[in-house]
Amino acid sequence: MQRIGVFICWCGSNIAATVDVKRVAEAIKAEPGVVYSADYQYMCSENGQQLLKNAIKEHNLTGVVIGSCSPRMHEATFRRAAAEAGLNPYMLEVANIREQCSWIHKDMDEATEKALILIRTAIAKVRLNTPLQEGESPVTKRALVIGGGIAGIQAALDIAEAGFEVDIVEKNATIGGRMAQLDKTFPTLDCSACILTPKMVDCAQSDKIDILSYSEVEEVKGFVGNFKVKIRKKARYVDEKKCTGCKVCMEKCPSKKGLNEFNMNLNNRTAIYIPFAQAIPNVAVIDPEQCIKLKTGKCGICQKFCGAGAINYEMKDEFVDREYGAIVVATGFRPINIDAFNEYGYSDNADVITSLELERLMNAAGPTNGVLLRPSDKTHPKVITFIQCVGSRDVSGCGKPYCSKVCCMYTAKHAMLIREKYPDTEVHVFYIDVRTPGKNYDEFYRRAVEQYGVDYIKGMVGKVYNENGKLMVQGSNLIDNEQVIIPSDLVVLATAIEPEPSVRKIATLLTASIDTNNFMNESHPKLRPVESPTAGVYLAGMCQGPKDIPETVSQASACAAKVIGLLVKDKLKTNPCVAHCNEMMCNGCSQCANVCAYGAITYVDKEFRIGGGKTEVRRVASVNPAVCQGCGACTVTCPSGAMDLSGFSSKQIMSEVEAICKR
Amino acid sequence: MTDLENKIIERAENLLESGEAARVVGWKKGEFYFDPSPAEFDSKEQLRDFVYNGFCGANLSKYLIQVSKKPGKTAVFLKPCDTFSLNQLVKEHRVNRDNIIAIGIECNGKLDIEKIKEKGVSAVTEASETGKEVTVSSLYGKSVMNKEDILLIKCLTCKSKKLVGVDETIVLGEMEEAPSDRFEEVEKLEKMTEAERFAFWKSQLSKCIRCNACRNVCPACSCVKCVFDNPQSGVAAKANDDEFEEQLFHIIRAFHVSGRCTDCGECSRVCPQRIPLHLLNRKFIKDINTCYGEYQAGEAADGKTPLTDYTVGDVEPNDVFNAGVRK
Amino acid sequence: MQEIKEFVPNIVAFCCNWCSYAGADLAGSGRLSYPANVKIIRVPCSCRVNPMFILKAFQRGADGVILCGCHPGDCHYVTGNYYTRRRMAMLFDFLNYMGIEKERTRVEWVSAAEGARFSQVMNDFVKKITELGENRRITDLRVKEK
Repeated sequence: MQRIGVFICWCGSNIAATVDVKRVAEAIKAEPGVVYSADYQYMCSENGQQLLKNAIKEHNLTGVVIGSCSPRMHEATFRRAAAEAGLNPYMLEVANIREQCSWIHKDMDEATEKALILIRTAIAKVRLNTPLQEGESPVTKRALVIGGGIAGIQAALDIAEAGFEVDIVEKNATIGGRMAQLDKTFPTLDCSACILTPKMVDCAQSDKIDILSYSEVEEVKGFVGNFKVKIRKKARYVDEKKCTGCKVCMEKCPSKKGLNEFNMNLNNRTAIYIPFAQAIPNVAVIDPEQCIKLKTGKCGICQKFCGAGAINYEMKDEFVDREYGAIVVATGFRPINIDAFNEYGYSDNADVITSLELERLMNAAGPTNGVLLRPSDKTHPKVITFIQCVGSRDVSGCGKPYCSKVCCMYTAKHAMLIREKYPDTEVHVFYIDVRTPGKNYDEFYRRAVEQYGVDYIKGMVGKVYNENGKLMVQGSNLIDNEQVIIPSDLVVLATAIEPEPSVRKIATLLTASIDTNNFMNESHPKLRPVESPTAGVYLAGMCQGPKDIPETVSQASACAAKVIGLLVKDKLKTNPCVAHCNEMMCNGCSQCANVCAYGAITYVDKEFRIGGGKTEVRRVASVNPAVCQGCGACTVTCPSGAMDLSGFSSKQIMSEVEAICKR
Repeated sequence: MTDLENKIIERAENLLESGEAARVVGWKKGEFYFDPSPAEFDSKEQLRDFVYNGFCGANLSKYLIQVSKKPGKTAVFLKPCDTFSLNQLVKEHRVNRDNIIAIGIECNGKLDIEKIKEKGVSAVTEASETGKEVTVSSLYGKSVMNKEDILLIKCLTCKSKKLVGVDETIVLGEMEEAPSDRFEEVEKLEKMTEAERFAFWKSQLSKCIRCNACRNVCPACSCVKCVFDNPQSGVAAKANDDEFEEQLFHIIRAFHVSGRCTDCGECSRVCPQRIPLHLLNRKFIKDINTCYGEYQAGEAADGKTPLTDYTVGDVEPNDVFNAGVRK
Repeated sequence: MQEIKEFVPNIVAFCCNWCSYAGADLAGSGRLSYPANVKIIRVPCSCRVNPMFILKAFQRGADGVILCGCHPGDCHYVTGNYYTRRRMAMLFDFLNYMGIEKERTRVEWVSAAEGARFSQVMNDFVKKITELGENRRITDLRVKEK
């Protein structure tokens, strides 16, 4: 018989105001197996934990139930305390009498009654708990960073700085990501490339960092500390080791009509190209869709002119197998497709552009060499209208329900830069709200309004239409309560951002979860914001949610800290709440392996005594506890009940059911 | 003795004589003509008791779980529906297929002695089949019966005359298709109201005496140790006050064999209370077919079963009642 | 008017640790109430829920059983809830075939972010079961008139 101690937390008044904690503590004394029962103001406090520890020792408790907040909150805290008092931590269960009781019920009798039932249920479970031991698994001291934008770069640099090897896998031909496309950055207006490219160079020069550009993650196996990753190095048709980045091939290439993705398709590039001047690696790549040689077999001019002999049209995709201890996902974002927003006329008018397109039009290395010319007729726009929240905060289903977070600030930046450079330009901004939380952000926005005279109009735009070569922006001015029509030369849409779509595949490969908007889920929205629920996988940058550069960089560094914390360990403790097979009952039918998402189950032929001095060989399942994640899918598939889950055994859950249903 | 029976015994003899098979699994003459039982034959002498007549309804597949572990090869005679059971067992790694010589044999439906008795004929000494008629001889004379009236329930709605995954076959004539659709009865129940269905099942299942005959005969219910005998499962009836197993045995059993039950109908055949247990399993089969595409357990000896598989667009549990399951 | 004792159903809710249990916690932090007769059992994944648990609950007097997991596609264990979906679809229709009222069993996908939905789902389920009344059928399916 277990000697169970029950501790009821008041959580100040959070529980005690609705649940009669004294009555509960008193009533629970009568439960079979309960030898100690107490209530305390804050069980999670130092003193509360001491109370727990003392009681475990004094009363020789073999099992503990804490009636408190959600186990998702403090189960680990209490288990640690129990372990410090010499009790196996898995002999402790938490009854959730706050989130699932005191906070949602108003009637004291009702809540007290429910708390009693929840605690009795936890007692019923604890009676069947068995001490569990954590296992150990080794750690591969190398990290993988998926995505080579500012998030991936920062994470990789920090990890390398701590002395660990790190690989950056970037699907594009160069690292740098979206930040490389930006002109200036708010709120300081320093040049984006000037602060980004040195970091790119640092990556290239670090002996700890290996950049696998133009590569994609194909397969991920294993688990925290022991990931086995297959990486596809896409054929770039240029030998990375030989190419010197001299750009002669680009001068000679006759296929010049490719859309320049780096410039948001605003101008053209050759079939063989280096995405931008400061690309890392500074190595050309051939676009197979566009290359005449690869499409027709005729041409080969770049090969002829390449002094380094780097061009290889026969190149095939290669696969690299690497092992990692931790993985950082930093796959970034893209602007959403706004073709569906007919009201803004984006598809019909060349002079309706997105903000990211404007970044390129303003950039000295962009298609117009930094001179702001509108795309249609290459003239200076005299009236520019910005429209904010295009597809953001949109619950119509057309756009995204969330706030993209960066648009208010970059629109203020754009408006300011234009007024600075072309003071004769009239700038209007339609906005729903201006959101500027952040250091020096509101000051920045106010400068745009007060110092640069940008005309902010609170209201939404109903329609943009072309009339006699002017873009008529029809919207409402909510402050003045009137309809306004602004004839404009250029319309800039602050387009919502969304996670880079490849994140879905990455999430699937990593068995990490993503939310309805395809943002990667963090383990806890407040307390574990850089960890994915999948152990050993960390999240940096926009893949986790909208954020600006400073936030992205902080998150990347936080990720790196987590990764370093993991990689310095020689061994990891493994979750003991995993499946196990009772071989005496196993049929070896393979049904459990069919439903195991982790490949944790294998089968072995084992000899069993069958009585009368005889033995027989049976095929039985065997679970790798380091691979098993403890979901329990196998336990339900197993008809004989041979497969069970430690910590959530069938018998335990059955007894919980009984305790709840007892009237 | 029919030609078919002769051929079968002949083949059994030469398998044993040639040493190709160490033993043969078939049906052995019982005390009466109508009660042959599954048996192992190790020698030609023993084969004198081998029979294959209208009362050999028993599915021999399940015996192979144990027999296939013995040294040497085992030859087994399987009716079409039995071949599915063997295949399913092979798929679940329960039978060592390498040790088995599976011989598919002709079957035109097996007879139900209880139905014959209900017609007032007892002490049956022989039943000879000619087409749709059966001449039943007894100590008190002969009577001609309509075969459909005296078929085993399972044979009224035979799922297939295919002999799947066998090594050889002994089929002399054409095998007739079953007279009726196997989901007819299920559909009839589906059309009832919930209360009517409950009343039906209550009246049926309340007859259960928990003799475990259904569990013992079922080729899908072949666990090394049944979950109901496993104290860790929390369902084993140890304490007297626990009626859980008593009360919900049949639901759990049906769920455990869902996606694996080949619809061999043995459960209903052996039930001493004549509970139509096959209607439980068939409901699952029908639902699986409707929701996840036609699936016949035992048709293939590999691949996933429907309940260990999924598609992203599967029907939602709350909608299953309207998702075409009810037609 | 004579006071009639209102029927209060007993509801067992199995909640996956990663989504619905967290959703329930969120409902709690938001003080989004639902009836006290809903009691939650935490499971690592909805796919841990054995039909036996559900049957046991009914047999022991539960009036409704609801199973909550991550939305299909969002399972913390990648595919767990897909299996849940098949198993429960089959089980529910089967129980209904046995004559059990189809409203007594339910699966809902509730994410960790859907506190409001959790509360709404529970309120809705309790309302349905209250209308339906006490579960009498599945406690004694096999024998024994009580």
